[in-house]
Amino acid sequence: MPRLNSIPELEKLRAECVAGSDAQRPCLTVCAGSGCSAAGAEDLLTALRKAVEKAGMKDQIDVKSTGCHGFCERGPVMLVWPEGTFYNRVTASSAAEVVASVCNGHKPVEKLLYKDPVSGKKCLTEEEVPFYARQTRVLFANNGRIDPKQITDYLRVGGYASVAKVLGGMTPEGVVETVTKSGLRGRGGAGFPTGVKWSLCRANGKPNGHGEIERYIICNADEGDPGAFMDRSLLEGNPHSVIEGMIIGAFALGAKQGFVYVRAEYPLAVKHLHVALQQAEELGLLGDNILGTGLNFRIRLVQGAGAFVCGEETALIASIEGRVGEPHPRPPYPVEKGLFGKPTVINNVKTWASVGHIVNRGHEWYSAIGTEKSKGTMVFSLVGKINNTGLVEVPMGITLHEMIYDIGGGIPNGRSLKAVQIGGPSGGCIPADLIDLPIDYEQLTKAGSMMGSGGMVVMDDSTCMVDVARYFMEFLEEESCGQCFPCRQGTQEMKAILTRICEGRGKEEDLDTLQDLGWLMKETSLCGLGQTAANPVLTTLRYFRSEYLAHIRDEVCPAKVCKKLIVYEINPTVCDGCGACVKVCAGTAILGEKDRAHKIDQAKCTKCGACMEVCKPKAVLVS
Amino acid sequence: MPKLRINGISVEVEPGTTVLEAIRFLGLPIPTLCHDDGLRDIGACRLCVVEVSMAANGRTRLLSACTLPAQDGMDVRTNSNTVQRARKLLLELYVATCPQSKTIQDLASEYGVRRVRYDTHNEHCIQCGLCVRICEQQMMAGAIGFSGRGHDRRVSRPFDITSEKCRQCGACLYVCPVCELRCQASTATTALCSGCLNFAPVCFQSYDDAMCFLEPCHACELTGPIRSEIPIKKLKKTLSS
Repeated sequence: MPRLNSIPELEKLRAECVAGSDAQRPCLTVCAGSGCSAAGAEDLLTALRKAVEKAGMKDQIDVKSTGCHGFCERGPVMLVWPEGTFYNRVTASSAAEVVASVCNGHKPVEKLLYKDPVSGKKCLTEEEVPFYARQTRVLFANNGRIDPKQITDYLRVGGYASVAKVLGGMTPEGVVETVTKSGLRGRGGAGFPTGVKWSLCRANGKPNGHGEIERYIICNADEGDPGAFMDRSLLEGNPHSVIEGMIIGAFALGAKQGFVYVRAEYPLAVKHLHVALQQAEELGLLGDNILGTGLNFRIRLVQGAGAFVCGEETALIASIEGRVGEPHPRPPYPVEKGLFGKPTVINNVKTWASVGHIVNRGHEWYSAIGTEKSKGTMVFSLVGKINNTGLVEVPMGITLHEMIYDIGGGIPNGRSLKAVQIGGPSGGCIPADLIDLPIDYEQLTKAGSMMGSGGMVVMDDSTCMVDVARYFMEFLEEESCGQCFPCRQGTQEMKAILTRICEGRGKEEDLDTLQDLGWLMKETSLCGLGQTAANPVLTTLRYFRSEYLAHIRDEVCPAKVCKKLIVYEINPTVCDGCGACVKVCAGTAILGEKDRAHKIDQAKCTKCGACMEVCKPKAVLVS
Repeated sequence: MPKLRINGISVEVEPGTTVLEAIRFLGLPIPTLCHDDGLRDIGACRLCVVEVSMAANGRTRLLSACTLPAQDGMDVRTNSNTVQRARKLLLELYVATCPQSKTIQDLASEYGVRRVRYDTHNEHCIQCGLCVRICEQQMMAGAIGFSGRGHDRRVSRPFDITSEKCRQCGACLYVCPVCELRCQASTATTALCSGCLNFAPVCFQSYDDAMCFLEPCHACELTGPIRSEIPIKKLKKTLSS
């Protein structure tokens, strides 16, 4: 593609892209995000292409692989344009049917339509599906429409328009002001106002020998929370939106070099980002003299080796510089002295992606969404014991109830909600009583949790909260960099105490010790990881103290999870001796002849629970 | 020049001075384990935390004094209740980690640690990083460094082979706050110190009771009765063997 040398040339190319694609031309877009790929999206794509070819419609029907559509639970999902018909759980074997329906006047394939489990109604389009209907999709709006590997697709839906707007007549101060007024806050978790961060960075820096002030901008895509995949999906599905935001950031902050720090464990995101960067460079949207406006800006892709702590900004900087990924004390903050000692702005993937939208549609539009202090939309990955697992983009201030029951479709298997863990391992568990809590930065902090990067793990009544706290502590103990003493030793001690409680060896005074340790880590740790590491323990202690006490006083795990405190037994009056449990028992702990009641050898039983799952007459009891 | 208040005392310092330096300039006591005047601070031990409030926002936070540059309008409290609580809890953890370090025992008893609620680990390192830094910054060798992460983190040589750069100068041993003054006799988990048994042989001059004269040992004072139960002859025998 020829290089674009001016803003009108960009608009001309966009016009060509729009004209070149017939809006009425049938197009099958298949989600090829990591979730759907795992469910077989690649096979589906191949099958669809073959079917289209077989039908001789290769020139009439397009088949496209897109980024994540969000509804991972029902993957692989696909859309049929121009109607936007939504199909879920599409297998490669159904490909021919889909293509046939498109050829025969777009009559939808009934069996692939989503059926609302509440009303039993079949949903034709995404808008009708309750999961999508309650969302406000801004960042993920185009994920189902564009091929992330084609910059022309992004241009067609209005991509890089904000770059044209900014370069075409805005001042750097004006851009910062727009971002400040929009009320955008850092989407990485802490919620620092982005505009304030930018103006702080602009106020710092000394001119070098050439009279230029060097500043850097970084996109933090080192998403490491268990159960979070928003940043990955955005980079996989719409990498150009992030690049667009970064170009605007470079203009506003006078940065010549940007970095995207992405986990190497996200191969698809790395690949798509790589392609996107290459295409943007080819078009002259990155590089020297961008669109003939004299702006020079390049982006380098840096792959992280998977340390959780490298998501902390100072550790991330150290990692980019080639040093060990360990945080250093702030102040000085990166906006004063960051990468290579120069003022640096680090923002999350979603923050950068929001910038383009804000500039494009104006700060009034953005600040109209959300609550008083938390503006805009937030992306959550809704996972755990919930019917509709997936990515959800909602306006700030939505209640937990709406998230879980309206969008998430409630708790599966007729169980009830117990808690929601928000904000990854550094966040906290919010109990079911607080279900009407509006989700914004302040409210979550007040409840002892935090926004975090947006992981939302739903737990039902079969979850042991002590075990959950232990799990997160185990994660953090491994991921603590070990540099400062309270975090390194505190996580180890906390894990030891929690393990002890889970095994029924806890003492009541352990709870005070946990409180003390939690306070210590929060107050004295060097970086954000240590300061928030105790949150899962402190919130479970605050809301589920009785559960801790049951483990300690009665040596009972109320949720029947902690292995040392439970016993599996077979009720001989119910057992019909089918032998199903014998087959699944890995430890050969189940004894008994066929058609006679079986018995569990407690010495051999590993308490995996496999027998309970397969037992049809429900003879296996746990106590 | 930044002007700040430390425990109510106004002090003006050179730009670039850390809060720790300002506190020591005033002669106020502040414990540290990872600080050395000739080395760059990393804020690892967290013992020097002080309560800082900025005039601008009025929010108080605990920050490590060694890494905190003195700024105009700072209000620093070096010994508030919060600071004391933090230090006490920290030292309790330190004693659990390295129960045999005299330095840590002394600090612990000074801050009123009377019992340790954690299992003791008998580690030989608190990862203050002094050895790594002195090797790199003063001896210009860089023969040792940190490897691993979290609980696996430790001071080590590259690939666990003695580096050619190591001149065996012993600076790393010299600065270590833990392996220096290692108490060999303490085995009891409840007592912090069972006497200054490790100051052999000069510790026992012609006193009636074993009394360490090196530093006033707070731990000794605490656990005096336990110490006096050990006959001096037996002590000397243990030490000479």
